[in-house]
Amino acid sequence: MPDLPAVAIERLSKSFNGIEVLRDVDLTVNRGEVVSILGSSGSGKSTLLRCINWLEQPDRGAIRIGGQRIGVDDNGRRMPARELAALRAKTGMVFQSFNLWPHLTVLHNVTEAPIHVKGVAKKEAVRTARELLDKVGMAHKMEAYPYTLSGGQKQRVAIARALAMSPEVILFDEPTSALDPELVGEVLGVMKDLSAEGYTMVVVTHEMEFARAVSDQVVFLDKGIIIERAAPEQFFTAPETERVRKFLELKQ
Amino acid sequence: MTEWDIIWAARDDFLYGFANTLVIFALSALLAFVLGCVIVYLLEGPKSGPRTLLRWLINIMRTLPFLILAYLLYYGLPTLGVRLDAWTAGVGALIVYHGAYFAELLRGARVVLPGGTVEAARAYGFTTFTMFMRIILPQLLIRTRPLIGNQLVICLKDTAFLTIITVQELTAAANSVQSTYFIPLEAFVVVIALYWLISICLEVTIKQLGRFGKKRGFEHA
Repeated sequence: MPDLPAVAIERLSKSFNGIEVLRDVDLTVNRGEVVSILGSSGSGKSTLLRCINWLEQPDRGAIRIGGQRIGVDDNGRRMPARELAALRAKTGMVFQSFNLWPHLTVLHNVTEAPIHVKGVAKKEAVRTARELLDKVGMAHKMEAYPYTLSGGQKQRVAIARALAMSPEVILFDEPTSALDPELVGEVLGVMKDLSAEGYTMVVVTHEMEFARAVSDQVVFLDKGIIIERAAPEQFFTAPETERVRKFLELKQ
Repeated sequence: MTEWDIIWAARDDFLYGFANTLVIFALSALLAFVLGCVIVYLLEGPKSGPRTLLRWLINIMRTLPFLILAYLLYYGLPTLGVRLDAWTAGVGALIVYHGAYFAELLRGARVVLPGGTVEAARAYGFTTFTMFMRIILPQLLIRTRPLIGNQLVICLKDTAFLTIITVQELTAAANSVQSTYFIPLEAFVVVIALYWLISICLEVTIKQLGRFGKKRGFEHA
């Protein structure tokens, strides 16, 4: 089913303790596309991203990954845990705080899920992991434990870990927000390479230059509503709403 | 013949008791540890009726004096038609009692385990069981290592209570020798030395295991 979008979100709504954080959000991410989600803190962008792999359960709406509905079926019945896990395995996620597994070496962080979730043979998983760590420039740290790495190195390992699952889509949740300014570049560089290779990516970020250079589509969330969506050139040079104009001015 | 000669002459009794204590301790500590891990796994997930019940059971076990539990299993159960021999009742009591303690100390570590690593596992499609075995439990064990060592020593000392329900372990051997020849000081000094010996071996082993955590940046002190 190559024509189905990687991610299709329809009329998604979510409240926390009676406070609405997402309202009727529609978003389609086609294969090979990079979509950046922008907005100020508390606008709901991380929640939107975390709903995609059901780390947060939306109150209403439907999410499909490669055409397959996640979390509940069309009759509203909850998905069995195993099926949910299997569908999640088709997505990769990169977190703001890296969330590497501290008891495992860099290599094993990358091979862990392929071996124990997907059932990939160990030898093959190791071979793939070597290639991916090489791609993100971390092959020399294969035997190191995460606590010895810098933030930028941790995040590059986390990206390799995501790639190792050959995901249909990679979700990036503010991947550079916890990094020292001088380490941001190395992570964004890797992400740029990935987009050039045709990976499907949904990126929640505050890096405007990155969003402008790499995205196919930019989405702006304000108080849980998508108030603007456009190609990056148009978004950054001729925003339609006052809200976005203000936001971009502050980011200059 | 000095008192120490008497002890030496009775060395087979001591060795028999010592060996029995070692077997009882090794078996009950191992199974209690496994039970603790199983309980913490069962507690994994959202709050539910059965989980609340399990928490209650742990707390009941923890607030019970061990000797009473041993009495209950050995003298109490026959009233309900379950007759266990002293050894089985004693080992059973040690397993459930220390299993509850192991569960509680692992649960404590689980509560404060940074959520990110678990969330990452969930996002990568781990099922609860695989996630527990591969991601959660290893971290809990590294983090609770000193507490586990402590619990093992307490478990070892609790094996001495089993003498009261007639299990022929180390304390029982000492008791028998001291009451036969009336040499309590020497008999109990020997026993203390033997308990120390096991405890020291435990401590050294647990300390060595600290290298796992150090290598991975879990320990700083």
